[in-house]
Amino acid sequence: MLEEIIAKASMLLELANNSQVAQAVTQASGAPGTPWWVWPLLLFVTTFVMGIVAVMAGVGGGVLFVPIVGSFFPFHLDFVRGAGLIVALAGALAAGPGLLKANLANLRLALPVALIASTFSIVGAFIGLALPSNILQICLGLTITFIAVLFIFSKNSEFPKVGKPDGVSRALNISGSYYEPSAGRPVDWTVWRTPQGFLLFIAIGTVAGMFGLGAGWANVPVLNLLMGAPLKIAVGSSKFLLSITDTSAAWVYLNQGAVLPIIAVPSVLGIMLGSLVGVRLLAGAKPKVVRNMVILMLLFAGIRSLLKGLGWG
Amino acid sequence: MSTQARAEKHSTQHNAMQQTVPAKQKKTAVKVDVPPEQIKYANLLLYCSWAGIGILVLTFILYVTGLVGSYIPPAQVAQYWGLSAHEFLVETGAPSGWGWLGMLKYGDFLNLVGIAFLALLTIVGYLVLLLPAYIRKKDLSYAAIVTVEILVLTLAASGILKVGAH
Repeated sequence: MLEEIIAKASMLLELANNSQVAQAVTQASGAPGTPWWVWPLLLFVTTFVMGIVAVMAGVGGGVLFVPIVGSFFPFHLDFVRGAGLIVALAGALAAGPGLLKANLANLRLALPVALIASTFSIVGAFIGLALPSNILQICLGLTITFIAVLFIFSKNSEFPKVGKPDGVSRALNISGSYYEPSAGRPVDWTVWRTPQGFLLFIAIGTVAGMFGLGAGWANVPVLNLLMGAPLKIAVGSSKFLLSITDTSAAWVYLNQGAVLPIIAVPSVLGIMLGSLVGVRLLAGAKPKVVRNMVILMLLFAGIRSLLKGLGWG
Repeated sequence: MSTQARAEKHSTQHNAMQQTVPAKQKKTAVKVDVPPEQIKYANLLLYCSWAGIGILVLTFILYVTGLVGSYIPPAQVAQYWGLSAHEFLVETGAPSGWGWLGMLKYGDFLNLVGIAFLALLTIVGYLVLLLPAYIRKKDLSYAAIVTVEILVLTLAASGILKVGAH
């Protein structure tokens, strides 16, 4: 399997180097006289494609943004992470209303978890902004590689088995119901192992703030596989709680001057428009193929970031 | 089977039950009860998030077209975006924290209005909608969670916390 992954990674590397957008970015990086408007335009095109791919692969755009833009564009990682948080925040805020109204994002589940994650995302943001760039690149490379491996091996469960709700979930009354169209009926749900889940959100919040990543890749497995929330509730609540987690880290980046509009705004617009197009293309897509491509892209970006941090890239 | 025995059997099954699967549920009304404060919060996000994105687009157009003057013209930003955030502030003399509010005559800082607007939505929603709703319901644990979250987000937004240079 490893050989297959390495073979696909080299193929992807070649594809990435040969693709028109990547070529344009590489050429522009090496040309000091490149007109200024080329960069926001390339960023818009790249994030537009990223938005399409993210929807088709069922991942958040934020997790693709930092490793890919950080690898291929000439911006300092501080500004890439700042923009990554704004991208994830805008996407979560725009998706929130629909999820909340359908009760797929549930406030009783999201609010306690968001409090923990948002508090620690501030801690993560400060760690990230205080660390030397090469150390941060190495940590980012390791994290992105871990996320790619997590995507390969993690299996979600639509309706996980739930044992007796623990004291915390009973005290907070974390439960709800949502309408399941495939059955034409509402589904009731509750959660368990809440203290363990809350502890993991300390790590999730820290990583989200440190690297400016949307944290859906970690939220969903914890809510679904550990705490036992049905997959739709886990995905919906995860997306919504990013709007709170990323808010606190975004403020830290904004106050430290790490949000450059010329990077953040085209990225927000590109990824949101791309997501809208991605939703329309979803019906005819092969999600497994796209997801495998995303995993390979993440592996590639993770290894590249690691090598950059070690001074070998 | 007695009622007690049935209750015990149900309790044993509940200890390791499958999350309620649709096929096993009784037929009920299709409508799902969503708490009113959740609906109000959703509406706030719906209108304000798109308004924020609209502000982003508008201010970005003003900035890149040069209709509004810039502190750092778009053509010169490339000289600085390879620096760390700290070096950027030192080199350009740009303000940190809320200092940008005094620089709104410049297009690049005007863009931050939309970003700050988006980042303020959660604090406003918590303060105006969720906190009063949980207090009215006497749901003290959630009122406490919401209060602490408002404090955490306000602290992050205040700019009081500073980071060391690297």
